[in-house]
Amino acid sequence: MITLTVNGASHRLDIDPATPLLYALRGELGLNGAKFGCGLGQCGACTVLVDGEPVYSCLVPVAALQGRPIKTVEGLGTADKPGPLQQAFIDEQAAQCGYCIAGMIMRAEALLDRNPAPSDDEIRAGMAANLCRCGTHLRIIRAIRRASEALQKAAAAAKPQARR
Amino acid sequence: MTAILSRRAVLGGGALLVSFSLLPPRLAAQGAGDAAAGLPGSLARTPMLDAWIRIAGDGKITVFTGKAELGQGLMTALIQIAAEELVVMPQAITLVTADTARTPNEGYTAGSHSMQDSGTAIRHAAAQARVLLIGAAAARLKLPAEQLHADKGLIISDDGRHIGYGDLVGDQLLHVRAEPQSTFVDPTLYRLIGTPMPRVDIPAKVTGGAAFVHDLRLPNMAHGRVVLPPSYRATLRQVESSAAEHLPGVLKIVRDGSYLAVIAEREHQAVMAMRTLAAAAIWDEKPDLPDPASLFETLAALPAEQVKVRDDAVEMPPGTRVVGARYRRAYQMHGAIGPSCAVGQFANGMLTVWTHSQGVYPLRGALAQLTGLEPDKVRVIQMQGSGCYGHNGADDAAADAALLAMALPGRAVRVQWMREQEHTWEPYGSAMLTEMRAALDSDHRIVAWEYRVRSMTHATRPDGKAGNLVAAWHRARPIPQPAPRPIPLPEGGGDRNAAPLYTIPKARIIYDFVPAMPLRVSALRALGAYMNIFSIESFMDELAQVAGADPVDFRLKHLDDRRAREVVDKAATRFAWSAFDRRYGSGRGFGFAQYKNLAAYLAVAVEVAVNHESGHVRLVRAVAAVDSGEAVNPDGIKNQIEGGILQAASWTLYESVGFDRTRITSRDWSSYPILRFPAVPDSIEVAVIDRPGSPFLGTGEAAQGPAAAAIANAIADAAGVRLRDLPITAAQVKAAIGV
Repeated sequence: MITLTVNGASHRLDIDPATPLLYALRGELGLNGAKFGCGLGQCGACTVLVDGEPVYSCLVPVAALQGRPIKTVEGLGTADKPGPLQQAFIDEQAAQCGYCIAGMIMRAEALLDRNPAPSDDEIRAGMAANLCRCGTHLRIIRAIRRASEALQKAAAAAKPQARR
Repeated sequence: MTAILSRRAVLGGGALLVSFSLLPPRLAAQGAGDAAAGLPGSLARTPMLDAWIRIAGDGKITVFTGKAELGQGLMTALIQIAAEELVVMPQAITLVTADTARTPNEGYTAGSHSMQDSGTAIRHAAAQARVLLIGAAAARLKLPAEQLHADKGLIISDDGRHIGYGDLVGDQLLHVRAEPQSTFVDPTLYRLIGTPMPRVDIPAKVTGGAAFVHDLRLPNMAHGRVVLPPSYRATLRQVESSAAEHLPGVLKIVRDGSYLAVIAEREHQAVMAMRTLAAAAIWDEKPDLPDPASLFETLAALPAEQVKVRDDAVEMPPGTRVVGARYRRAYQMHGAIGPSCAVGQFANGMLTVWTHSQGVYPLRGALAQLTGLEPDKVRVIQMQGSGCYGHNGADDAAADAALLAMALPGRAVRVQWMREQEHTWEPYGSAMLTEMRAALDSDHRIVAWEYRVRSMTHATRPDGKAGNLVAAWHRARPIPQPAPRPIPLPEGGGDRNAAPLYTIPKARIIYDFVPAMPLRVSALRALGAYMNIFSIESFMDELAQVAGADPVDFRLKHLDDRRAREVVDKAATRFAWSAFDRRYGSGRGFGFAQYKNLAAYLAVAVEVAVNHESGHVRLVRAVAAVDSGEAVNPDGIKNQIEGGILQAASWTLYESVGFDRTRITSRDWSSYPILRFPAVPDSIEVAVIDRPGSPFLGTGEAAQGPAAAAIANAIADAAGVRLRDLPITAAQVKAAIGV
């Protein structure tokens, strides 16, 4: 049995420990966000966060993930209550086919976590591992910038309250 | 069609209504519709109103389209149109997309046709439904129709009474043939058309909703994987399958001639079994691919069928300056980020297949032939897939799902191709050759033009024939691929946009259609238009240079079409073409075309930066102007054009399918590199020229050719060398600059 902690919930799974995380997320947990793109760690469609770092879920076996926090795009919000990055992607209409988008959002989540106010060049460098084939790149960059601004504004507004 | 909405119509203010047909004369002439029926768009094929729009007793509205959402925003635009003409909120409409059991047959979602075909049909159907509802209410209330108007699901009388759409509609009201003319909402009163309504499919896509066929989970669903041959014509000599059979979760190994597949309980079990099976398979292969080093010589020598696009008696008059050039384009691939996927289920003699195919009806026919079932025992339901830029592996994965579902009756079977299968088996955009000559008179005007384009086919879609599906080639009783036919003009295939829109007194334009297919080819976004426009628009710059003219001025000098001139002018102005600051290594380039010479007009100006040391080219910025006729969703149009420019930039600068004498060698993203974030431009600006009340002009493929040419022209401007081979790689640039 393998225990995975996904979006804060713990799951005991009876699967081959060599199974890549992607198949556990999609097959056992019924999550749609992480996508199979290449199975080679070349496209980023399967990107999720492990210990806050982006990983290719198509490569990493579940055996390596016992007890480590895993976050997927489902952990950021819902269609009714989207998280800040998801809202920014909606506001910028940053998708065409959208197959790459959940992976894009997860890599962007890690980027903003590390660097809350990235420059456009830092966004480009930070997103280099993820491929988009429809040519939505500029909207994705705008969405990340928009989320960064929204998060900073929220942080600034929250500060005085925190002191109280 | 006589009802006039009252002044107090929702539409707020005067309620003038305009009556006209959205079918442009040239579409009627090209047979896009049934000219005898005279009905606009897809109504010509499916004339009953209730095939498009149904209203239930509780007032719920369902709109049906035979077209598919491909991420191009079609659903949103169709909802905007229907809600506008039915005078309801967009949320009141449920849209059903392509499904052989439910929707009209609108062929393929391809060729930038959806708004012209389906958008036009739904608009007319919705407008006529509104008029019928008003008429029914008039009879019920014993009032003249002029005293009634529609508003958010109610027909309201001037004296304040109202009846819901659902109470009026009954079984028969919309069960009538469409009329050729409709009474549309006045464009000045639009609430929805022309507004950038947010796409209805995006929230699910950013939150992990079930957005794709890849996400479909049916009860008790099993997982299949296919072992595709290592090369096109390889045959399976033997396979020792017992190792795979004994792997955990394996339900069945399917072998039929050289067709080899596995079904397992869990997806990763299927992948492991597929790998085990692939390792055990022994194939016979032949080195029957062309020598990649002499691909274009091979293409030039293959037998061809001649199609005359324009056939004036052309002579290069004495005293003119004659310029010539030849261009080449490598094979290029769709390369969707998600490999093709489908789910099949065979139960009670009925086969159901969920697919991201572009054409559910043509696929149904092909699947019926493949499985031996009657077409009415096959239902094909379209769901969204990963990036669709034409005919990719979607139909082939659907065939696999059908065969595996029939091998495991009762259970749903989901199949997804692996990355290397999508890369090596999808049908590519054909390699192409073009050659041209033109004569300039003393006034620097083009007086004669000769153009020849040579290409393999751009159309091997299912078309109701099993032989167009990969699985059919490998079974013990194979069905060979049907001989391809050229797509007739004015749409054209390899000759799409072979005729320039420029005014040229004498032109001879020939398409050499090569039926042979050493590599599998079919429709890739824009088909031949990508290469033809690249060639023509590169050549226009070459001519302008000989003439000593500014490239934009030179184009305008040969353009009479008012709308064409407007997009050229707008793109140039917004780019600040005349004020361009040419720093070292930078250049500007221009490209223009009207897609298929009958759809959207698009002009684009770009700036590139060329690194003289490495030969690397970066697209720095692009400014485009597009005229899509009436713009239903301007942001949807912008998204398509931005994406088209970026995708064309990737094709143009990087992409070429690699192969050796036996196999395709572009097996993944390292052996077929595409555009990545660090190389994307600083900005792309798209100006949408809206034409309220004008016919919709297809837009999805409009940017491909002009963007390619603009980039090549900018490279020539920056580096001083004209490069005529696609892709224009860093190696090619470096070699040409010769540093």
